[in-house]
Amino acid sequence: MSNSFDVIIVGGGHAGCEAAAASARLGARTALITHKRSTIGEMSCNPAIGGLGKGHLVREIDALDGVMGRVADQSGIQFRMLNRSKGPAVWGPRAQIDRDLYRAAMQREMAEQTNLDIIEDGVEDLILDSSERVAGVIGQTGTEYRAHAVVITTGTFLKGMIHIGDRRIPAGRAGEAPAVALSDRLYGLDLPMARLKTGTPARLDGRTIDWAACEMQPADDHPIPFSQMTDEIRVPQIACGISFTTPETHAVISDNIEQSAVYSGAIDGVGPRYCPSIEDKVHRFADRDRHQIFLEPEGLSTDTVYPNGISTSLPEAIQDAFLKTIPALEAAKVLQYGYAIEYDYVDPRALDAGLQLKSVPGLFLAGQINGTTGYEEAAAQGLVAGLNAARLAGGDEAVRFDRAEAYIGVLIDDLVTRGVTEPYRMFTSRAEYRLMLRADNADQRLTERGESLGLVGASRAKLFHVKRESLRAAHARLQDLRLSPRAAKEAGWHVNQDGRVRTAFDYLAFPDIGFDDLVGVWPELGEVDETIQEQVSIEAQYAGYIARQQADVDAMRRDEQLQLPADLDYGRVGGLSNEVRGKLERIRPQTIGQAARIEGVTPGALTALLGHVRRGVGRAKQA
Amino acid sequence: MARTDTICALSSGALPSAIALVRLSGPHVRRLAEAHLFHGCPPPREARLVRVFDPTGASIDEGIAIFYESPASYTGEDMLEVSLHGGPAIVSAVIETFTAHRDVRLAEPGEFTRRALEAGKLDLTEAEAVVDLIEAETRVQREQALRQLDGEMSGTIASWRTALIDALAMIEVAVDFPDEEDAPDFTHGPALERLRPLQIALKEQLGAHQIGEQVRDGFKIAVIGQPNAGKSSLINALYGKDAAIVTDIPGTTRDVIEIRMDLGGHLVRVFDTAGLRETTDPIEQEGVRRARRSAAEADLRLLVFDASQPWAGEARQMIDSLKTEDLVILNKIDLVGANPDRPVSRETVAVSTKTGEGVDSLTDRLAGRIADKVSGAPPALITRARHRAVLEKADDSLAAAINGLQASGPAELIAEDVRRAVSHLDALVGRIDVEDVLGAIFSRFCIGK
Repeated sequence: MSNSFDVIIVGGGHAGCEAAAASARLGARTALITHKRSTIGEMSCNPAIGGLGKGHLVREIDALDGVMGRVADQSGIQFRMLNRSKGPAVWGPRAQIDRDLYRAAMQREMAEQTNLDIIEDGVEDLILDSSERVAGVIGQTGTEYRAHAVVITTGTFLKGMIHIGDRRIPAGRAGEAPAVALSDRLYGLDLPMARLKTGTPARLDGRTIDWAACEMQPADDHPIPFSQMTDEIRVPQIACGISFTTPETHAVISDNIEQSAVYSGAIDGVGPRYCPSIEDKVHRFADRDRHQIFLEPEGLSTDTVYPNGISTSLPEAIQDAFLKTIPALEAAKVLQYGYAIEYDYVDPRALDAGLQLKSVPGLFLAGQINGTTGYEEAAAQGLVAGLNAARLAGGDEAVRFDRAEAYIGVLIDDLVTRGVTEPYRMFTSRAEYRLMLRADNADQRLTERGESLGLVGASRAKLFHVKRESLRAAHARLQDLRLSPRAAKEAGWHVNQDGRVRTAFDYLAFPDIGFDDLVGVWPELGEVDETIQEQVSIEAQYAGYIARQQADVDAMRRDEQLQLPADLDYGRVGGLSNEVRGKLERIRPQTIGQAARIEGVTPGALTALLGHVRRGVGRAKQA
Repeated sequence: MARTDTICALSSGALPSAIALVRLSGPHVRRLAEAHLFHGCPPPREARLVRVFDPTGASIDEGIAIFYESPASYTGEDMLEVSLHGGPAIVSAVIETFTAHRDVRLAEPGEFTRRALEAGKLDLTEAEAVVDLIEAETRVQREQALRQLDGEMSGTIASWRTALIDALAMIEVAVDFPDEEDAPDFTHGPALERLRPLQIALKEQLGAHQIGEQVRDGFKIAVIGQPNAGKSSLINALYGKDAAIVTDIPGTTRDVIEIRMDLGGHLVRVFDTAGLRETTDPIEQEGVRRARRSAAEADLRLLVFDASQPWAGEARQMIDSLKTEDLVILNKIDLVGANPDRPVSRETVAVSTKTGEGVDSLTDRLAGRIADKVSGAPPALITRARHRAVLEKADDSLAAAINGLQASGPAELIAEDVRRAVSHLDALVGRIDVEDVLGAIFSRFCIGK
C-alpha cells in the first residue's frame, strides 16, 4: 500500500469519520489514521445523538449525505422528538443510542466507503515542507504518510488528563493513552492553546438498578428517523428510567466537596456551564433539594447504564456513598467510576471559516480540539474540514456555510469569530435565523448545494429532487386556491370578515387552521403526500416572520460580500483602538460581516475598516 | 493609533475675532508641534504660551497651546489646540503652515467627532448630542443636548436592552433545555413581568417624544387669520424688530416667513402666514395653501382678528377649527377700546400691536404654555425623528412579544419578537445600521468639530 494520499484524517471519532467520509465522497484519495480500528465510532460519553440544536446539526450533516444520521438510525434505541409542545422550528430530534450498534454501523460505513483507507497507527508528528505547508504526518514507528491536506480530529486526546478525586491519570478517555507528542508538536507551531475540561458519570450495572422505583420515559410511538434515506426505524425501542437525587445525596457531596478534582483546584480547565457536574449543581444551586437523573441503557445487549445528570470527579468511595442515597440506585454496582477529563484545545480563532489553520496551510482542525463538546458539533466540523481538505487537495477554493443557511454555518462562524470560553455546545438560540433553520427543511436548505459540491450521492439527489418537486407543486396548488372570508366562516374558520380573499396558503398560516381543515374545503388536497402536507404547513406558519427576517438575511449577506484582504495591515487603518486592532489582527476576519460579529468591535471601528478598505479599492482602481 | 493622515481646522467661529482656535489631530501632531512651536511640543495637558513659526522660521503669532496625548484626547489621537489672535491673515498663515506638510490636510466637516466616534470615544446618540450642543440656541436646548452627551439616552437604552435580554433568556432556556428538570418550565409570567414595565417606560418616552423634538427643533407657533388682521405686525411686536414684511395692503405675506426667538429659555419658531381668504390670484392661492399647512404642522396657533372690523362670517368657523392650546388674538384694540365685545367662548388676548398694549401679557402666556408642556412630561430622551422611528418599531415588536406571552403563543415566535426589539434598540445607539445615519449626522457638522 502506498503511503501517499490526497487527504489524511487523524482520529476515528465523530469528527474524523465525517471528515474521512466527506473527503472520500468528493473523490479525494483519503486515509483515516487511528490508534485502533476497533474504536472507530466510539461514543466516549453520553450514548445519545441529537437534541436541541444538535438534532438540527445531524439533519444538516445528513442533508449533505454525511454518515451520522444514517448510523444513528441503525442504532437508536429510544427516539424522541424534543419540544413537541413548541413550534416546529425548535423541535429537536434525539435518540438514545446502542453503543455497540453505533460503532459497528459506523465501522461498516467507513469500510464500505470508496476512496478511503483506514490505517492503524498513532500520529506523533507532522511533516511540513520548506514553505511551512503541511505535507503529511509521521506515525509511531516512524512511517511517513504524505498528503496535500491533513485534518486533525484528536478530541480530548491532546495532553488528556483524567481526574478522579486527587488521582490524575494521563488518558484520552478511560483506558486509552493520550496524544502527548502531537500535542507538543502543535504547541511547537505557536498555536494559541489552552485547556478545557468535561466530565462523565459512573457507569452502572443495570441488573442492580431497582427499575420498579423509577418513573419510566418511553420512546415516541412513531420514531422519526434522522436521515432522509431511512424510511423506518427497525431497531427495537426501549424506555429510560428517571430518578432524583435526595437531600442525603447533597449532604454526602457537600461534606466531601473539597475532594472533588474540580473543587480542590487540581483542574485549571474551564468546564461547560450547561452540563455541570453534580458537585457543581449541589454547590451552586444549594436551594434545590433534588436533581433529575436519566437512567439511560447503553444498548440492547449490554447491562451498562449511563446515569445522565450526575457527572462527577469525586473519589470512588464518595461516588459509591452518594449513589446509595438515590432511589433505585441504593444497590447499584459501579462498572466504571465517573471522572473529569482535562485536555488541550486550539483557540478556534486561529482557523478560517473552512477550518484550515491560518498559519499552517494544509492543516485543518475539527471537533473537540477546537473547543467544542458533543458528537454532533464534532461531526459537523469534520464534514466541513474533510470537504475543504479535499477541495484544497484538488486545487479548489474553500467553501463556507453562512449563518442563514445552516447551523453548521452558525457553529463554525461562532468558533472562528468569537472563540470559546467554555466547551462550545450548539443551542437553537445561537441561530438568529432559527425560524428558517429548521430540522424539517435541512434538505431543502442544503442538499442541492451539497450536490453541486460533489458531496451528495446519486440516490439521495434523486430522492431530494422528487421531494422538492412535490413541495413546489403543493405550494403552487395552495397559492391557486382562493376563498372569501365569508366562505371561510361558513367552513367554521375564525377569520377577519374583512372581505379579503385569501389563498389556501394564507389560511394555513392561521394558528387554528390545519391542512386537514383545507382538505375539508378542497377535498382534492387530500392527495398531497403527508410529509409534504406537514412541510407546507410549517412554512405557512412561519411565512410572516420569515419574510421579515429575509431583510436581515439580505443585509447580513451584503456584509459577507465585503471581503477583507487576508494580508490587511490593521496598523494602517486609522481610528482603531489598540484593543480592537489586536483582536482584528488575531482573528483576521474574512469579511466585514465577520468583523462585525467580533466581540468589542464597535460600529465606529467597523466604519473605519470599511472606509479603509473602500479607499484601498478606489486607489487600486486608479492605479 | 496608526491613522495615516493628520487633520487641521479652525475650530472657532467666523473671523476676525478676538481669539481663534486652530485644532490638529492625528499621528503627526507631535512632529508638527516640534517644528513650528517655540520650545517644541508642550507637555500633555499643560497650557503654554508659545510662538508659532512658519516654514521659513518667521514668527506668525503668539498664542496658547495645549497638547493632548493619545488616547486621552477628544478624538483618541494626538491633538494640539492653539489659541491665536483671531485675524484672518494669522489663521490662514498658521493653517497653511501645518497643511504644507505631507499627510496633513484640512479637516472635513465633522471629522474630529467622526474620529472620536470611530475610536469608540462616543456612541451614535452622543455624537448626535455634540451636533445639538453646538447648534443649541437656548438654555433648554443646551441642557437637553448635554444630558444626551452625558449618555443619558445610551444609559437608558442599555438598561432596556438588559431587561429584554433577561426576558429573552427566560424564554430561550425553556426552548433549549426542555428535558431538564433543573431549567424552569416555560412560564409566560416571569417574562411578562420583565417586559411590561419596559413597555410602560417605552410608551412614556414615545408620549414624551414630542417634547424632546420640540425642544430640539423649536416650538412652532403659526400666526393665522384673515388678511390685514395684523399678523405680521403681531410678530414684529413679539420679536421687537421689523423682521416680517408689514404693509397695509392685504395679501402682502404670500409665503410663510419664520422668526426664531428665545422665549423663557425655549426656542420658539413663529411662522407668519398669508391671510386666509377666498381668492382667484394663483400666487395668493398658493400662499393660503401654505398657510393652512403651516398651521396644521404647528404646535400652537395664534388666530388673529382685527377688533375694529365687523365680525366676518367665516370667523366662527375658523375659531371652531382651533385646538385647545391655541389662542385667539384680538388686535387693534387701540381703535376700539380694551374690551372689544366679541362673543368668543375661548381664551382671548386683546392686544394693540401699534401701542404695544397686551403684548407682554401674550408673551407671558406663550412662555407659560411651553413651560407647562415641558414640565408635565418626563425628561425627554427622544430628541430626533430618527429616535422616534426606531423606538416605535421597538415598541411594536415589544407589543407583539407581550401579546404572544399573554396568549401563551409559541415560544420561538415570542423570542423572535423580543430579539427584534433588541436589534431596534441596538440601531438607536448605533450598534448596527450605522452607515445610513452616519452620513446624515456628519453632513450637518461645521468644520472643526
